Amino acid sequence: MLSRVADRIFWMSRQMERAENMARILGVTSNLVLFEQKDLTRQNLLAPLTITGSSEAFFALHSELGLEALVDFLALDEKNPGSIYSCLKWARENAHAVRWQITSEMWETLNATWLEMRAMRRGELAGAGATRFFDWVKDRSHLFRGVTYGTIVRGEAFNFSRLGTFLERADNTARILDVKYHILLPSVADVGGALDYYQWTALLRSVSSFETYRALYRDQIFPIKVAELLILERRMPRSLAACLEQITQAMDRIRGQSDQAAKRLAGELHARLTHADIEEIFQHGLHEYLTDCLADINELGSRVQRAYLGAV
Amino acid sequence: MDRRLYDEMRSADGEVRPHFRALADWLAETPAERVAEKRREADLLFHRVGITFAVYGDQSGAERLIPFDTIPRIIPKAEWSEIERGLRQRVASLNRFLHDIYHAQEILRAGVIPAEQVLTNDAYQVAMLGLDLPNNVYSHIAGIDLVRDGEGKYYVLEDNLRTPSGVSYMLEDRKMMMRLFPELFARQKVYPVEHYPALLLETLRAAAPPRARDPVVAVLTPGQHNSAYFEHAFLAQQMGVELVEGPDLFVKDASVYMRTTGGRQRVDVIYRRIDDAFLDPLAFRADSLLGVPGLLSAYRAGNVALANAIGTGVADDKSTYPYVPEMIRYYLGEEPILANVPTWQCKRPEDLEYVMDHLAELVVKEVQGSGGYGMLVGPAAARQEIEAYRVRLQANPVNFIAQPTLSLSTCPTFVEQGIAPRHVDLRPFVLSGRETRLVPGGLTRVALEDGSLVVNSSQGGGTKDTWVVD
Repeated sequence: MLSRVADRIFWMSRQMERAENMARILGVTSNLVLFEQKDLTRQNLLAPLTITGSSEAFFALHSELGLEALVDFLALDEKNPGSIYSCLKWARENAHAVRWQITSEMWETLNATWLEMRAMRRGELAGAGATRFFDWVKDRSHLFRGVTYGTIVRGEAFNFSRLGTFLERADNTARILDVKYHILLPSVADVGGALDYYQWTALLRSVSSFETYRALYRDQIFPIKVAELLILERRMPRSLAACLEQITQAMDRIRGQSDQAAKRLAGELHARLTHADIEEIFQHGLHEYLTDCLADINELGSRVQRAYLGAV
Repeated sequence: MDRRLYDEMRSADGEVRPHFRALADWLAETPAERVAEKRREADLLFHRVGITFAVYGDQSGAERLIPFDTIPRIIPKAEWSEIERGLRQRVASLNRFLHDIYHAQEILRAGVIPAEQVLTNDAYQVAMLGLDLPNNVYSHIAGIDLVRDGEGKYYVLEDNLRTPSGVSYMLEDRKMMMRLFPELFARQKVYPVEHYPALLLETLRAAAPPRARDPVVAVLTPGQHNSAYFEHAFLAQQMGVELVEGPDLFVKDASVYMRTTGGRQRVDVIYRRIDDAFLDPLAFRADSLLGVPGLLSAYRAGNVALANAIGTGVADDKSTYPYVPEMIRYYLGEEPILANVPTWQCKRPEDLEYVMDHLAELVVKEVQGSGGYGMLVGPAAARQEIEAYRVRLQANPVNFIAQPTLSLSTCPTFVEQGIAPRHVDLRPFVLSGRETRLVPGGLTRVALEDGSLVVNSSQGGGTKDTWVVD
């Protein structure tokens, strides 16, 4: 497959996944802000900006940090390259460039999503409208992934689409966990302490794993178990371990020429997550562990780019 | 030339011509609502498939459907055979001409065509001098535009030897007609055109450098914003080859490679849909982002084939056109089977004088123009338009030719008021490889406005399926 085409497909999938993750983060943030203690409001509002590394860009435009401004910036701002609006736009642009190498169903899904996004008015997204909007974004992302899985031939286009999706998701899960954990448990000493039930269920819900937690642990919500679920539980499709499993599977199927560095790192990361122990991670420091993971995921993205998508 | 109209379906006394009879019967017995419903279905399908056409100068950059008319244009087999002979003869001569002017230049020395006109032509490429091409073919894919006068006689309106487009519409129109009206195809035998992509691939592979055992072909497109992008993608997909853009290719050790996820892959034949000037920024326009640096060196080293070759434009230039009949006599010793439209060359003072005196009756074209841009249709133009054109013409007569306003034949066409005659032309495609191949028919373009003679899709023309029948 042409590198340019693979690159478009890879980013098309990443952008769609990124839009979904942003919708998840914003959905949960809006909920939290509605019914919670004042002392956490600012931290919760800051979290999405920290997670996406866009605090500076936000405060360059807005002097006050409020829910409305936050949603406007992260969901609708055309100039913010990480906004849901921009992600949907670029996913569609990338699809347009390769519409002959993807299925017409994939193209039509992304095209229709973008046309709907473009037709939306800012006013529709206030209050309850915002929740509907975030659900819509998630639905469109689910639809796109399902359509892709259900229609595309199992070849390089499929492999690069999967690779893009799960690299983006791994990155996102690690970021959410890192930032939220920090807000909720500033010190490791609190690991076993009293919990804000809503805060923790919100974190779980943001990665669609509240029910999973209940089903797997049949227990109260403990921070260490939340971390275990999101990092190591390979049955949970948004966990780091599950993402890396998908990534290594996709990479095993890709036939490259000088891709040993990329494949080696993916394999290492996968092995590390498969054999890790959550107690040890905590002894070492969760934040340090996640920081390392994020650095590796980032490096893996660069190596994939160099091995397959960039210049020869 | 006669100003009476020739109608493809009916003779002057209103009788339906024999080859149209089956269709006329079917039209008469099919309820109008059913046909209208089918037309809506066709519109919907074309939109969904995305057979669209970007129009230059459209600010919104919008993609638009080329209108598709559901009444086919029908040509009897015997008539087609004659056309086909004429096309083979004409394209063979044009390829001989191209080989000649880039080698011994005998035709110039014989004085058949003024040497200075050929050698100073902008499209003449010095880089092609002395270069030998497989099978001596320069224009592998040629689109020859034909029109008919009041008597029904066919004339060549122009030769397209660079990157002629439209063949995807020929194929899609046929597919659409078979899908919408299968019963029509049961009524009479229509010669198939669906194998065109296979013939094209065969032609391209025949152009490969001799060392390539299993030649790798790629279609080179300027990208998705080009007006014919749909066709580039369509043909690549139909042939099962890669659709590449300039940055996908690179030249190393005078060979051309594609950048793929599996590393570099050698390319032997490039079906390029990019103009000469943009092919290689090192050799031609340095600001071209569409091309491949070093491509010309690889081409000249014989390591990659380009279809069509570089420098074919000199042969389809409107200033060369008047000499094609002489070319046929010179190279083949035969009389031309297909006639040229009489042409005044404005560079000649006596021709210019005549054209200036008859602007309101003539069609005036820029020598290098294409796509119907920048032409004057005298009888349809307002006085100010004519006078504005006169100023341009006077300023640079060398740049213009003029022809009588051809009546162009008409064919029944669905319009808002029902079925009415509209003007059509015909663009058959001639493939030259080891041998010359054509599919029967070609692309029929139709001017949808009453009385209009401009059939170009960029100017609001539509298309029809073209049938060759026994």
